[in-house]
Order: sequence, then C-alpha cells, then structure tokens
Amino acid sequence: MEVRFRVHRFDPEVDVTPRYQVYTVDVEGDMTVLDALHQIKWYQDGTVTFRRSCRSAICGSCGMLINGRNRLACNTRVGDLNSPEVSVSPLPGFPVLRDLVVDWDPFFAKDAAMMPYLINDTPAPQKERRQSPEEYEQIDNATLCIMCGCCSSACPIVWSNGEYYGPAALTRLYRFVFDTRDTATQERLALAGSEEGAWRCHTIFNCTTDCPKGVLNTQNIQALKRKVMLKNLGFGGTRIAFELPPPKPKPLSDATAAAHGDYGAGHHRH
Amino acid sequence: MITHDVIIVGSGLAGMRCAVEIRRKAPQADIAIVSKIYPTRSHSGAAQGGIAAPLGNVRYDENQMPVPDSEENPQDNWQIHMYDTVKGADFIGDQDAIEILCREAAPTIYELEHMGVPFSRLPDGRIAQRPFGGHANPRACYAADRTGHALLHTLYGELVRYDIKVYPESYMLGLVVEDNICRGITVMDIRTGQIETIQAKATMFGTGGYGRAFKITSNAFSSTGDGITAAYRVGLPLEDMEFVQFHPTGLFSHGILLSEGARGEGGYLLNGLGERFMTRYAPGRMELAPRDVVSRAIYAEIEAGRGAGPNADYVLLDLRHLGKKKLDERLPQITELARDYLGIDPVTEPVPIQPTAHYSMGGIPTDADGRVVTTIDGQDTVIVGFFAAGECACASVHGANRLGTNSLLEATVFGRRTGQTIANFLLGEARDGRGLAPMPAYALKQAEDEVAELLSRRGSENHADIRKELQATMFGNAGVFRQPDKLTQQLGIINDLRERFQRISLDDRGRKYNTELVDVLELSHLLEFSECIVAGALAREESRGAHARRDFPKRDDAKWMKHTLAFRGADGRPQLTYKPVRYGPEGPRFQPEERKY
Ligand SMILES: Cc1cc2nc3c(=O)[nH]c(=O)nc-3n(C[C@H](O)[C@H](O)[C@H](O)COP(=O)(O)OP(=O)(O)OC[C@H]3O[C@@H](n4cnc5c(N)ncnc54)[C@H](O)[C@@H]3O)c2cc1C
Ligand code: SF4
Ligand code: SF4
Ligand code: FES
Repeated sequence: MEVRFRVHRFDPEVDVTPRYQVYTVDVEGDMTVLDALHQIKWYQDGTVTFRRSCRSAICGSCGMLINGRNRLACNTRVGDLNSPEVSVSPLPGFPVLRDLVVDWDPFFAKDAAMMPYLINDTPAPQKERRQSPEEYEQIDNATLCIMCGCCSSACPIVWSNGEYYGPAALTRLYRFVFDTRDTATQERLALAGSEEGAWRCHTIFNCTTDCPKGVLNTQNIQALKRKVMLKNLGFGGTRIAFELPPPKPKPLSDATAAAHGDYGAGHHRH
Repeated sequence: MITHDVIIVGSGLAGMRCAVEIRRKAPQADIAIVSKIYPTRSHSGAAQGGIAAPLGNVRYDENQMPVPDSEENPQDNWQIHMYDTVKGADFIGDQDAIEILCREAAPTIYELEHMGVPFSRLPDGRIAQRPFGGHANPRACYAADRTGHALLHTLYGELVRYDIKVYPESYMLGLVVEDNICRGITVMDIRTGQIETIQAKATMFGTGGYGRAFKITSNAFSSTGDGITAAYRVGLPLEDMEFVQFHPTGLFSHGILLSEGARGEGGYLLNGLGERFMTRYAPGRMELAPRDVVSRAIYAEIEAGRGAGPNADYVLLDLRHLGKKKLDERLPQITELARDYLGIDPVTEPVPIQPTAHYSMGGIPTDADGRVVTTIDGQDTVIVGFFAAGECACASVHGANRLGTNSLLEATVFGRRTGQTIANFLLGEARDGRGLAPMPAYALKQAEDEVAELLSRRGSENHADIRKELQATMFGNAGVFRQPDKLTQQLGIINDLRERFQRISLDDRGRKYNTELVDVLELSHLLEFSECIVAGALAREESRGAHARRDFPKRDDAKWMKHTLAFRGADGRPQLTYKPVRYGPEGPRFQPEERKY
C-alpha cells in the first residue's frame, strides 16, 4: 500500500520558514511511522531529521504530531491511521531545532523545578522503607511517564502561557506528593498551588487523551488541586467524607512512621 | 577546550550512578556528563524484568511456586547468588568481581529504594521478588515490567538533586590516551556540529552495549558500542567480545524484548506441535534455565522442523493461563508491546518469539574497581585516569553468559564503585591539578578531520545498505550457533563492507543536528568491533555459555579457561591474545563443574 507522508521540514542553516515535503512509502504489514521515516531517511532523503532510540515506546524520544495527534512514531502503526496521507510534524508548542526535532530544554527545566527526587528527612532504615501495594497503587500510574512531551505539547494552556508547568511536570509532582515515602509534601504542595501550578489547568483533558502511556494527567492535576485546597483549609492530613475511598487495610507507612517515633509525617495521609 | 575534573560518557544507570557517587564522596569535584541522547532516553530505561539481590523476601514452596518468606529467616544469601552467577557464567567470570557484585547487591537495592525507586511490593510492604532464569531463588526485585525505566528515572532525579552538569546530545568522537594516561575525549555537539576536546583528570565510560551489530536485537538504535570502539582505536584491548547473549524471547521479526519476567511469572514455551519442548533440554529448570540454554533449545526445535507459523521459523510464548488480571498487573508493558507491534493479544493468543541479540558480555577490560586495564607483556597495567562500568565494561562478572537481572545490578554496583575509585583518585593521585595531563594538540584536529572527511565523501554506496547487510550476516553467521566456515566467511564480508564504507556518500552535509552523520559514525563502530566478535569466536574452539560451536560442542577448560583480548593490529585487524581468569586472593571460591539445569 502506497502512503504519502507529508513531513515538516525546517533546516535552520538554509530555511527561513518551515515547509512540508511529500514522500511516498510502500507500507506493508505492521510498519510503524518510525519505520516509514527510516525508509525515507535511509533510501530517499538522508536530510530528514528526527529523534528515536528504543523503538519500543519506552525512551520517549519520538513524540511528534502525527495526523493531528501527538503520538510516539515508534508504536503507531501506519495501517492503524487508516489514511492515504500521513502528516508528520514536530510537537506543537516546542521550539523547533530542525525538521521534527524540538528543543527539550524548557521541558526538562520545568521537570527539574518539581524537585523530581524523593525527599525523606527521617533516618533511612537498614532495609527498605515499607510501602503497601495499596500505597504503591497511588503512584503506579504516574510512574509510567516516559517524558515524551506529548501531553504538555497538547495542552492549550501551555501554548498560551509558556510559564505554566504543564501536565508532565505536574504529574511528576503528583508522583512524589502521593508517594508515602516522601516527606517534602508541604514544599511540593506549595509548588502545586503556586501561580504556574495546578490551578492553571482548565481540565481540557487533551493531555490525558494524547498520552501514549495512559498516564491520567488531568486526574493527577485535580488530585493536586484537592490536596492544595484541603491544606489551605487546614485539613492537613484529614480525610473528608466525599472522597472517602472504600475501607482499606491500615497503611504501612503509619506503622513505619510510628516505629520511627515520627508522627509529624502525618501529612502523608490522605 | 573544555576542562572538568571528571568527564563521564553515558547517562545510563552506570554513568549516572558513578556521577552521583563522586558528588557524594568528593563534593568539590567538577563533574560533567556527556551523552548522545538525553539522560532519560538511555537504554537502561528499556530493561524490563528486574534487578537481582538475595533479599530473601520471597522463596519457593515445595511446588516451586514463589511465596513471601518470613522476615527472620531469609532463604537466600550472597553466596548462593554468587554460585549461581559463577555457574551461569560457565565458570569464566572473574570471581573477585562476582563476589563484590553479590555481596553488594542487597545494600544496593535498599539504597535504590531509599532514593525512591517505585518497586512493586509484597502485601507486608517489603520489596516484591520474582523468579528469573538461572537463579536458585526468586531474587529479581522489580517495578512491574518496567524496572529499568523506574531505575533510570530515579537516578535522573539524583542528577537533578545534585545539580550535575549534563551535555545532552553530545557525541563522543574519540578517546585521548597517551603514555597510558587518559587525557580526556573529543566530542561533537550534535545540535551545532561544533567539535571540542574535553580535558579531564578522570574519564569514565558508561556507554552501554553493542547489540546493534545484529539484525534481530532487543537493543536501542543507540546501542552501537561507541565507547568500546573508541577504546579499541587508541590501542586498548577488548575482552571476550565473542560472548554475545541472545535472549530467547524477542518478538518475532522485531526483536523487541518480552521480558524473562514473563517466564518468571509462569509463561511457557511451545513449539509448532504445541509441546512444552523445554522438557527435552532442561527438565530441572524448564523455561527458567539460563538464556543460552533456552535460546539454543529454540533453535534446535526450529531446525528439527518443529517451529510454529507458516515457515516454521519461530516458537510461541504462551501466557494465556496467567489470565488478564495478572498480565495487566505484572506484565502490562509486554502485553502492550505484543498488541502494538504484532497485533496479538497475549490474553487470548500465544505470542510468536525468536531469540534476539541482547547483551554484550565482552567489552573494555577493567579491574573490580572500575579501572581500565590493558595487558602489556602478560602484565595487567592500569590506564591512569580511565574508568569504565556497565555494559561497555568487562569486569567479567558475566563471563560467558549473564544471568537475567544481573546487569542492572552490575551497572549500579560498579557504577557506584567506579565513582568511589574516581573520588579517591581525585582526592589522592590527581590532587591539586597535578592529575590534569596535557591534551595533545592533534586530538582536536584528528576529530575535526574525521568528521570533515566523512562529510566530503562522494561515493556511490548507501550506508544504510551496508548496515543492513552487516546486521543480517552477523545474525546469520555469528549468532546463536557458530561454525568455522561461516565465521571465516563473515570476516570476509566485514572486510568487503569496510571497503564499501570508504565509498559512501552523505545526503546531509550540514552541521546542525546532522543525524545522518551520527548514523555513519555509529556504523563505522559497528564495522570495527564486529570483527573482534567474529575473530574471537573463530579462535575459541569450544562451547561455553553463549558461545556455541557446532564443531566443538563441549567446554574445554584445559585449553580455554581464559579471556580473549583483541588488540587492534597495525593493519587495523584484531590481534588476539589471552589472559587468565581472575580469582580473589584466596583463589577460586567455586571450581568448574558440568553445567546442568
Ligand atoms: C530490552 C532490554 C531489557 C533488559 N532487561 C534487563 C533486566 O530486566 N534486568 C537486567 O539486569 N538487565 C536488563 N537488560 C540489560 C541492561 O538494561 C543493560 O545492560 C544496562 O541497562 C546497561 O546500562 P549502561 O549504563 O551500561 O548503558 P546504557 O543505559 O545503554 O547507556 C549508555 C549511555 O551511553 C551513551 N553513549 C553511548 N555512546 C555514546 C557516544 N558516542 N557519545 C556520547 N554518549 C554515548 C548513551 O547516550 C547512553 O546514555 C535489558 C536490556 C535490554 C536491551
Ligand atoms: S487537562 Fe489541564 S493540563 Fe491537561 S490539557 Fe487540559 S488544561 Fe492542559
Ligand atoms: S505523561 Fe504521558 S504524554 Fe506526558 S510526558 Fe509522560 S508519557 Fe508523555
Ligand atoms: S523510539 Fe523510544 S519511545 Fe519511540
């Protein structure tokens, strides 16, 4: 099956404005958009430039706008797009360096601003810090993020306000706020509640729709908002009725905290 | 010229763990990391199944089913882990390094957990563990089936915590060593095309493996053995390059990995007749025999005409009996991979698989502290200021065959140890700028010339064709089974391909973000080190671990209990010499025995 690929081209050494170039690829079987781009690069035009590494949807290199949606080129089968012409452009909202290659620095800078590392000011035990499967469950989905940028690039608020942390960074924040082992919840909630934090989100859901890994960004941001609000209302570690989950076994972190004689870590609870 | 105290090439687990350790032990040191891709894109992120440690959180019951163990009385310890690793390595691993690997495993895992790695948990909150091939106890700690991703992102967080400088998308072009002292590296900033030298007291390589020499591989496009080749090109030897691990369960025709965790959770292998054929090859451990054993069994079935599919050229991984719930919970990534890439749902259908080139046991020889050593007149000699760890290095903890989950462990344990060695080196020998050896003037020019020359080539050959042919022939002629005529033929093919490489032409002659140039530089590495794999395999007249010779089906300890070293000869061809297996001061803890599973 012959498929036409309309590829975004921009070479900073030659071009003043971007243009599109059409290549025809004979697509067979399970060929992915990344395979097609390789066909083009290796056998038609070596100047077509894009990123990739793992080709198995885990490294986050190949996020791009494919037929109007942000996706990973490496796990998008051309056949599944059901279209005689496929348009391929760089992630919207990111500065373009060349062709499909965007500048990641602003994106990673936002992530770094979230303190993307575990902070625990209690002394480390000899062995692991315990965490029950239920507690782990709360962060499981958020740890799926591969930093491909598809979500932040799909968010209209990010487009209109370059300062907004955006869904990927906020998911990272969520991942640590809801990790029972982290004790920097107050600092993190301050970030979440800051001007460029969770309140900027208008719940448009683009980020969640376009995440190739099924990360529930919108939900995470809402959870941060709720947590910030409760904190501001002075409900530090209290459950309130409307969000009571079904009864669960007692979280282990309480036991661990008790063992450390540290009840101050109560703000972990939610 | 850029100057740092330490330059680390590679931001996978090994490189990042090393950087963090130096920062902790020598906080004043000026450390920088060079990586051809962004740190979080490194190949360590693709690791799926787990990272080994004898925590003893889980044991087997009498039906060989894993169950949580009691806290007081763990069934596992580092000696058992060490025995498994030595045996898995087919007794050619260096036992001093293996001892370190296994002794430090448990503290390493606890440390990773304290850093925040989101490990999967047992009901009582301890780290969950699952069985893996060749391990006597369930000792793979995991984060679902994306363990590498969890580790890589956690360590990336540590880089941010310690504010360690990274040069992302910078390509190391070459290593500079003179008089056995390492001076630093040459690099190209991929974004601008600018070429620089980086001078450092200590240079560390964590540049990963070389699976991309083969057509069917689980490795990323970036796993092209650049660091290994750079060392080889400045006259350092490469150790045991012939030992290439083929993982039994690559997605058919793609090579994308389906973690061994799938078999650890109870997945079976079936041939075209629907038989669980492992009964014939490893009745004791079945699908959980080590990878070399299972990969050969698959080939044997296919060769006997018992493969599955229209051409009887693959076998099946059956996960259906695990049920949707368990698959979604424990193996979500591989379920997704089978669906996305083959359109097959493992819940209802068995998945076509074939062995895939996976791990590079060989590499840059180091001692057990991460110092790179060369061999001069039979004596090990340290290259001052040059260090390596992770998959590019060969401290030889894996010998002839690596056990699953031991390499994430290796990258972390030896990444940290190398960091310690470097910190001590900086605080000792290399203090007060005395360690900053001069960067020879030719280094920059050489790098610039190499790139300019490649960009100026106007031949008729397509570099993609050359790569494709190399990968296909390496897979066919130097794959799971080896025989002398094919290996000899392969040396000829590589020779031809190298000649054709001289006549390539690039479409892209720009400097900014020229990924075609990067492809070509990587191809030149593939062509160079592949010759060492083949030459080593042709010379090693025995079968050991992953190296299986049809004409010498047995291990031959009398002649071959030794490591291969390939030096680059004056004619550019590999010259082979050998060195003995290393033991601790007390001699071997474990003596060779027949390897049965
Ligand atoms: C699919 C898959 C699954 C695996 N699963 C497991 C598992 O479950 N358990 C286990 O123990 N092991 C597993 N392994 C093996 C393990 O993941 C690797 O051995 C390990 O991650 C290697 O880490 P590393 O730090 O040495 O290198 P890598 O993570 O490969 O990093 C290499 C780094 O070097 C950089 N680099 C390379 N060349 C250059 C250059 N020229 N210039 C600049 N930078 C350069 C790259 O940018 C990268 O940052 C798996 C491997 C694969 C392929
Ligand atoms: S839900 Fe929020 S973060 Fe996501 S796209 Fe909408 S506004 Fe952006
Ligand atoms: S949340 Fe999803 S879309 Fe966003 S960066 Fe992470 S993986 Fe990509
Ligand atoms: S190439 Fe790694 S996510 Fe697509």
